[in-house]
Amino acid sequence: MIYLDNAASTALSPAALEAMLPWMTEQYGNPSSLHRAGQRAAQAVSEARAQTAKILHARRGMVCFTSGGTEADALALSTAAAWGERHGKRHIVSAAFEHHAVLRGLEHLAEKGFSVTFLSPGPSGRIRAEQVADAIRDDTGLVSLMAANNETGILQPAAEVGALCRERGILFHTDAVQAVGHIPVDAEALGADLLSLSAHKFHGPKGVGALLCREDLPVVPLLPGGGQERGRRSGTENVPGIVGLAAALLQADTSMEADMARTAALRDRLAEAVSRIPGVHLTGMDQPRLPGILHLCVEGVRRDTLLLLLDQAGICASAGSACSAGALEPSHVLRSMDVPEPLSMGALRSSLSPANTEAEIDTTAEILSDLIHRLKN
Amino acid sequence: MKKRVLIAMSGGVDSSVAAYLLQQQGYECMGVTMRLYENTDVGIPKGHTCCSLDDVEDARSVAARLGIPYYVLDFSQEFRSAVMDKFVRTYEAGGTPNPCIDCNRYLKFGLLLQRARELGCDFIATGHYAVIGRREDGRWLLRAGEEDARDQSYVLYSMTQEELAHTLFPLGELPKAKVRAIAEEQGFCNARKHDSQDICFVPDGDYMSFLERWNGKPYPHGDLIDQEGKVLGRHRGAAAYTIGQRRGLGLAMPHPVYVCGKDMAANTVTVGPSSALFSPALLADDWNWIVPPPEDGILRGEARVRYHQAVQSASVTRLEDGQVRLDFDAPQRGISPGQAVVLYQGDLVLGGGTILRALPEHDG
Repeated sequence: MIYLDNAASTALSPAALEAMLPWMTEQYGNPSSLHRAGQRAAQAVSEARAQTAKILHARRGMVCFTSGGTEADALALSTAAAWGERHGKRHIVSAAFEHHAVLRGLEHLAEKGFSVTFLSPGPSGRIRAEQVADAIRDDTGLVSLMAANNETGILQPAAEVGALCRERGILFHTDAVQAVGHIPVDAEALGADLLSLSAHKFHGPKGVGALLCREDLPVVPLLPGGGQERGRRSGTENVPGIVGLAAALLQADTSMEADMARTAALRDRLAEAVSRIPGVHLTGMDQPRLPGILHLCVEGVRRDTLLLLLDQAGICASAGSACSAGALEPSHVLRSMDVPEPLSMGALRSSLSPANTEAEIDTTAEILSDLIHRLKN
Repeated sequence: MKKRVLIAMSGGVDSSVAAYLLQQQGYECMGVTMRLYENTDVGIPKGHTCCSLDDVEDARSVAARLGIPYYVLDFSQEFRSAVMDKFVRTYEAGGTPNPCIDCNRYLKFGLLLQRARELGCDFIATGHYAVIGRREDGRWLLRAGEEDARDQSYVLYSMTQEELAHTLFPLGELPKAKVRAIAEEQGFCNARKHDSQDICFVPDGDYMSFLERWNGKPYPHGDLIDQEGKVLGRHRGAAAYTIGQRRGLGLAMPHPVYVCGKDMAANTVTVGPSSALFSPALLADDWNWIVPPPEDGILRGEARVRYHQAVQSASVTRLEDGQVRLDFDAPQRGISPGQAVVLYQGDLVLGGGTILRALPEHDG
């Protein structure tokens, strides 16, 4: 199997697994308990929190562990909405290519009386900070812009937008689920009041993520309960998950420079090889991108047919987002980039990790070339 | 080399057993569930679940048990235009649509077969109860399924020679009880699942609500009249009434009355006694001959004008414009425009078409 779907999920790193194991076996205390078993667990969560904060340049009190990226996004939006209501700012600026966790959340807020402006980047796939500036109104309370797009890998000008928001006293949320662990993310430098991340996107375990959230923002928990995570997120802490998140993040941070160079080289090798296949259009080549994502569209080929044939050949890739049954949804990301429908129907996303090899890349390019040739004839 | 077959797996017991049988017969199998509609199309709120997730999980579980590759492919756009849109338009024009036939014709034996070829498959297979055979001269034939009560040849009459040549119906000669027994033996999770009954995209059987949701607004109410034009009551939008319908008319009459006509222009629905539903003949178009008859002359055969009706003897005349006229030996009840008429000789399907209208009297 050649696994090129690391933007969907990644292999758990051995270091994360090792860090987690004690907390799934002999160390089973509840962090809220008074006794020593509980205190040990509380200490583990506390260390994970400190480590996460340090790596992302945030204050420890900002880190709220969640069940993953979707919950972090939902918590960010409900928090920002409460802040907006308190300050009479019920307008939100966001982008049409955001992850569904943000889009659906914003639609929900729109139903509750917020007005939302969705910016489209056009063919570049990258929002310009001036677009955000132009969209901001007197009653704008929140700008939510992802750090890197999950389909195309195109980086967004989060730092510029963050600075803009800070200047105008507007909250800035960034869904950094695809960025954290892959490129340097500095919450302070980004000016992010709210930042979402998910562990299984950077070789951590599934079912755990975090929201970095400015401490003075109103506490609006999604679930009422025992008041864990400083009241922001009730429910017994996922101790092994939290420990695994921090361990994976530390590892990603430690080897980031080398990993970025290696993954980008693999990506470029694949890009170089597939660019020679007739009818292949690479996406966002002139834009700053994540090192691990190569997105392309094949003219006259249906993406699900292509993915299925790749799967039969042992290659796991993706076309963008899929519904829970596994069928493909039309890509709202490509629509926001004005990619014509016949072309977007042929979308293919390869997302790499440092564990991929040159040989895998070459095999993939060869198989892809054969399949596209076959499908077109 | 092993022949490759793509099995359309609905998550039900029939297509699951079909997959098992083909694997036993030595085919290289691949399972596919067709995603046919969005939840919002059928009145389930957005973001609830995706397609019928339970069915997908059942199909996936059977495929995993058999160790065959399995995928969900999205056909919702095509289903919308080729099946749901036509369903609504037929009702609005006063007819009674048959969406399962359109789905077989355009989606399964059209698009899915095409997709199967792209994927390097030699055949597609479904769990339909019908039998494909071949005549000595090479012509492909379609026969009714072995068990009368399960026979599905009625919804397959539109299959072309090309489609028949590349389709497998492994259940055609099995009784349903045997199919369930195989599913039990194999430990399939859906062995005891109920057969699907209603139209898949109107799961609650409430056509009126479906049509109104599609239309975006309610249809205008109007008069329920008798055959002399006397107003008996009100209807709630003529579109959703079906010829032969007795329930839900909201009339208190001394004898049972049935919908026997709709005038969409005047927005009236006509009701009458059971006897008003009988016609001796019909005209059909969009006809497909699986066994083309001799060029001229009148053909004798047995026909059914709705699913699972007992076949009725009729004389068949081919008209010049491709239309076909059937004169029944005995008048038939509830001949509805938009429904299919399928012609048989014994268990052999000769052909079929879409009913254009009932004819009031015998020819000549």
